[in-house]
Amino acid sequence: MVRTDVQLMLDVKAGDGNSFELLLQRYRTPLVNFLFRMVRNREQAEDLAQEVFLRVYRARQDYVPSAKFTTWLFRIATNLALNSVRDNRYQKLEVSIDAPVSMDAEDGDERTMDVPEKHPNIEQHLVEEARRKMIRRAIDKLPEKQRAAVLLHKYEELDYAEIAKILNCSESALKSLLFRAYEALRVELAPLVAQQARQ
Amino acid sequence: MESRILAYVGGRLKVRGRLEVEKHLAECAACCLRVSEFSAVSKLLDELPLIEPSPEFDMRVHARVAAEPQPKASWWDWMRVSPRIAFAASMLLLMALWLGYRAGTPNAPNIPNNDQAMMQDLPVLEDHDVLQNFEPLKDLPPGPEDDDADAQQPQRM
Repeated sequence: MVRTDVQLMLDVKAGDGNSFELLLQRYRTPLVNFLFRMVRNREQAEDLAQEVFLRVYRARQDYVPSAKFTTWLFRIATNLALNSVRDNRYQKLEVSIDAPVSMDAEDGDERTMDVPEKHPNIEQHLVEEARRKMIRRAIDKLPEKQRAAVLLHKYEELDYAEIAKILNCSESALKSLLFRAYEALRVELAPLVAQQARQ
Repeated sequence: MESRILAYVGGRLKVRGRLEVEKHLAECAACCLRVSEFSAVSKLLDELPLIEPSPEFDMRVHARVAAEPQPKASWWDWMRVSPRIAFAASMLLLMALWLGYRAGTPNAPNIPNNDQAMMQDLPVLEDHDVLQNFEPLKDLPPGPEDDDADAQQPQRM
């Protein structure tokens, strides 16, 4: 029988290290992906994901299953990611004064991603890579809170109530936030959207 | 309708809500276009591949968890004794009180009645023995009672 997240967390609270291991196995990939899409840097995303697990471990004694475990987990992750994005923005502002103009900041660490070589046609692969780059850039351009809302809604498939709790807003405010985010993405990805709509 | 379009695109509406949106879409070209565009955006977002955490990820988490200091027991935790220890301590206390009570009371030895009577007579018997074996008293002339006793002795023999 599969133990729920709350049961696992209560076992961690009781001192069971194996339950913490199971939570780590269950959530490391979604967390790293969510954080990678938030901060656009793989190494930083992994550091932040480790910090999330560490905070979960530290808080085990005070854990009370008052909400869904995922709500709590992604709330920690979102707060860390938002802080990190804000810190990075200030760092970039400071660095950009002396930085060389040719620095390809937009690419970030995208090249470190492991994209499986599915297509023998290099041209097609390049086209797909350009599409992905455009999508990533569109997501990056979203304000942080909108970005977090889209990622939690689209990739983590959390319900509106959970996302609202994570982002500390009402459900109606969240729906409005998501609508504006999708509108911005629609505008930013207009060529691709038109292409997609034709298919 | 705006807030429901996204839920419709994401397949998060229940049957009734979905039917209502579809009824509206049949009459509203603008919302129909919006649904089409949002669906396209959603599909584009699906194109981003998932990344796997690096092989060292778990090891790093374990190392950081292992480096965490163990939670300090507060003075209140120290006060919290286990039920077994509390029970054993209270039993010991009760036993000590009972023994103390027993030691404080003047308890008479549990002796049978005949022996007790004999013990009470012991000082008298001791006095009798002393008087009988007291040498100076042996030199005294026998009293009238003793004469009677001597006179009676031969008769007994």
